[in-house]
Amino acid sequence: MQIRLNGETKEVADGTTLQRLVEQLSLAPDRLAVELNCEVIRRTDWPRVTLFEGDRVEIVHFVGGG
Amino acid sequence: MERYSRQVLFDGIGEEGQRRLRESRALVVGCGALGSAQAEMLARAGIGRLRIVDRDFVEESNLQRQTMFTERDARERVPKAVAAGRRVAEINSDVECETEVADVSQSNVERLIEGCDVVLDGTDNFATRFLLNDACVKHGVAWVYGAAVGSYGVTMTVRPRVTPCLRCVFAEVPAAASAPTCDTAGVIMPIISVVAAVQVAESLKLLAGRAESLHGGLLQFDVWRNEWRRIAIKERAPDCATCVLGRFETLEAESGDMTTVLCGRDAVQVSPRRASRIDLEALAGRLRAAGEVKVNPYLVRLRAGEYELTVFEDARAIVRGTDDVGLARSLYARYVGT
Repeated sequence: MQIRLNGETKEVADGTTLQRLVEQLSLAPDRLAVELNCEVIRRTDWPRVTLFEGDRVEIVHFVGGG
Repeated sequence: MERYSRQVLFDGIGEEGQRRLRESRALVVGCGALGSAQAEMLARAGIGRLRIVDRDFVEESNLQRQTMFTERDARERVPKAVAAGRRVAEINSDVECETEVADVSQSNVERLIEGCDVVLDGTDNFATRFLLNDACVKHGVAWVYGAAVGSYGVTMTVRPRVTPCLRCVFAEVPAAASAPTCDTAGVIMPIISVVAAVQVAESLKLLAGRAESLHGGLLQFDVWRNEWRRIAIKERAPDCATCVLGRFETLEAESGDMTTVLCGRDAVQVSPRRASRIDLEALAGRLRAAGEVKVNPYLVRLRAGEYELTVFEDARAIVRGTDDVGLARSLYARYVGT
């Protein structure tokens, strides 16, 4: 199925959770904020949230420089 | 007030907003690239009082993006807070500028934010940002998070107990030695200008009493990949340790971000409180951009100018070439990342 990830189309397997998506993207989970369909999802909920066709996911990285 | 006429003409500020600005005090924490841009914009805008704190001195490699400083400051290794104070006085002599050369820690952060109407984040590490978040939420002072690496930057405005705080969004302080820094991945000035501009605009809205115009989200920009996006962050986390439960763990003496020990002449040991195993090969890979690197199964050694950092698998580091604890912490934040 297809989702929109940061504004771009991405193919993911049916039943993919947010947790799995973050793992597939090889991102460090403690430095991310994840929004699903305009709602921020807390990290502790990622394993329980399953993605569906057409879902819009935004991932923001927390960085340290300045 | 001819000086501010264009700003007063602007609807969002007006005469009333300008008067409020003149009666306000802002704190710039960390006067590197972001802090330089923030201090200059606030001084030009006519902020009444500006407090600038920084632990570093000016180096040649700062000049590409840190607009407060000159070649002469780098040659003379002037502390950044001092150089910034001089520059602010040249830009706008009406601004009462207080400067402090200090490492912001749990021992001084509450004193530094005292009496401030807004705090702008110009720091270079995660640990100090969580410290600022705790102090600002505890004392009800608004603060504006901002950070940049490479061509990417992010910013968020925190109004304590009104909008989500940093810990509502990121429940844990990221582990030390886990992320690229400006000294390992580089940074270009345009992203600094973007992030600092949004931070200052947010501060002007807060100070001018126009909170309804705040962007209300987590903004991210990448000026090279051409991405601009905003995540709306409306709700505070119901179980946020900081702004809901009122636990300010980074302010407690026993749980500061780092411990430091002087070890002999010209060496300081820096240890993150949250011990974690680090990937030495990955760290070595990032550090190769910053200087000569040696790696073995137990440690990574970086030679950067006159300093030598030896980082062990437990994220502890020995910084050689100084007995200044603040400088050692600064070098750790720059190269290893906290």
